[in-house]
Amino acid sequence: MASRHVLIGSGPASMSAAETIRSLDSEAEITVVGAERYGYYSRPGLAYYLAKEVPEGRLFPFAPEDFSRLGLVWINERAVKVDPAGHAVTLASGRVLPYDRLLLATGAWAIPLDVPGAELDGVTKLDDMHDARDLIRRSRRAKSAVVVGGGITALEITEGLCSRRLDVHYFMRKDRYWGNVLSESESRIVEEGLARRGVRIHHFTELRRILGADGQVTGVETGEGARIPCDLVAVAIGVLPQKDLAEQAGLVCARGVLVDQYLGSSDPDIFAAGDLAEVSDPVTGQGTVEVLWNSAVVKGRVAGRNMALGQGQAYVPVAPLNVTRLAGSRITIMGTVGSGGDSDVQGIVRGDSETWRRLGSGPVVEAQVGDAHVRLALGDSTIIGAVVMGDQSLSFPLQELIGGGVDIGAIRTDLMQPAAPVGRLIDDLWMGWKGYRA
Amino acid sequence: MTATARLTRSDAGTLNHMDLFKTDRAKHATLARAWVVPEPSRCVQCGVCSFHCPVRIDVRRHVWLAEPVTDSKCLTCAECVRRCPRGLLRFQRIPAAMAPGTDPRDI
Repeated sequence: MASRHVLIGSGPASMSAAETIRSLDSEAEITVVGAERYGYYSRPGLAYYLAKEVPEGRLFPFAPEDFSRLGLVWINERAVKVDPAGHAVTLASGRVLPYDRLLLATGAWAIPLDVPGAELDGVTKLDDMHDARDLIRRSRRAKSAVVVGGGITALEITEGLCSRRLDVHYFMRKDRYWGNVLSESESRIVEEGLARRGVRIHHFTELRRILGADGQVTGVETGEGARIPCDLVAVAIGVLPQKDLAEQAGLVCARGVLVDQYLGSSDPDIFAAGDLAEVSDPVTGQGTVEVLWNSAVVKGRVAGRNMALGQGQAYVPVAPLNVTRLAGSRITIMGTVGSGGDSDVQGIVRGDSETWRRLGSGPVVEAQVGDAHVRLALGDSTIIGAVVMGDQSLSFPLQELIGGGVDIGAIRTDLMQPAAPVGRLIDDLWMGWKGYRA
Repeated sequence: MTATARLTRSDAGTLNHMDLFKTDRAKHATLARAWVVPEPSRCVQCGVCSFHCPVRIDVRRHVWLAEPVTDSKCLTCAECVRRCPRGLLRFQRIPAAMAPGTDPRDI
């Protein structure tokens, strides 16, 4: 009998798992269960949709024939219960799906704001296509907005609303943006970029309550009692892995579903991937959650392989990387670059890795290299993290040097000299390493 | 020194697209020798590249499959390279050993 694979979730982890299972087993029954009514689309692409860089219809990576080629059964419904002993998933309609192997890839969802008025019409977020459409629809009539939160999503919303000609106020609880990932100068570059776009930044400002009339947002009140009128309040204070199904099924969970190196959960026939999976660092043993597209794709592939063939391939964590635009400046963040908390967010945000914030007290080199602002976190013998803002030429060599754990012994001392030629040192090391590999 | 070599940055094989079409000679050299290659780990499948392709190549699909844009229709016009919000597309010289099934006359 063909093996039955049920994948819960309709994002990149599920899709790459489905592709992998199909590539290894042409007979397998693959069923995708997703509550997302728009199916599989690029969640990070919603920022570009909001900023009018891509139309909605282009956000869907798979055409109908791609799905037919994969031979999937797609059920647009919410899964409400997993019964590990009975090997069955129950859907909201009461339908029961038996499985041999199950993948949980339900993603992570925005943490709601806990202040008076948070239930008013006009309080928005950017989790999914529905939210993006809602923001766009509201921005046609709204004149001004207040954004609270941090990380990438808060800026995606801020910049999206700016490009739709709203007056945007951005609240920060402390003195600077994304203080546990960016350095002071990087935060300043972002904030200057926002100011140039006309965003009004309010430092040391907390949103105490949202004001409304007839159920609609009319403004906000700050912690100090100041009132700012607005039509929209957008919230991006962090996301939580959606582990309800897993917990109810009795799987061992911490921040996400705890998985072993094969991405198997505490039940031998249930796997987890994507934002939901909490993977142990092979060196430190620390559990790590990542809300990154590429991590989800890679985890989905590994989980799919192990579902199809039995546990055989280990997931090897790679230095987490994200490249995005913050206030018009392109930025790549990779490896370990920051530490501590950020009072604007709770836990993890979208486009974020917990690994980024595990920096110890090692040396940090920060330099202007041509049109790029570059920061390197140095370990004893390797570069453990880097942030490149502006011109991205150096980000590709750095990605390989960090990902490959390349020994920097030959240039480490030179890198730490004042006014070190950082760009040339990195380029030369990378060229040498590439030559050696070739 | 050929135009292509002159445009090459220190990371061998990568061309700066802003300089690519400064002269017909450079353009000719590019058309003959370069294709668009992705860095798939940076891609989020947003579709901006495919949306802007004037000859409707599904660039995004090539990135998902981690392969160069081998499509014979590719004009090497750099629209996708320039528009990608994450800067993950680059021109690279076509290696001497061509990908199997690719006809050099199609490039």
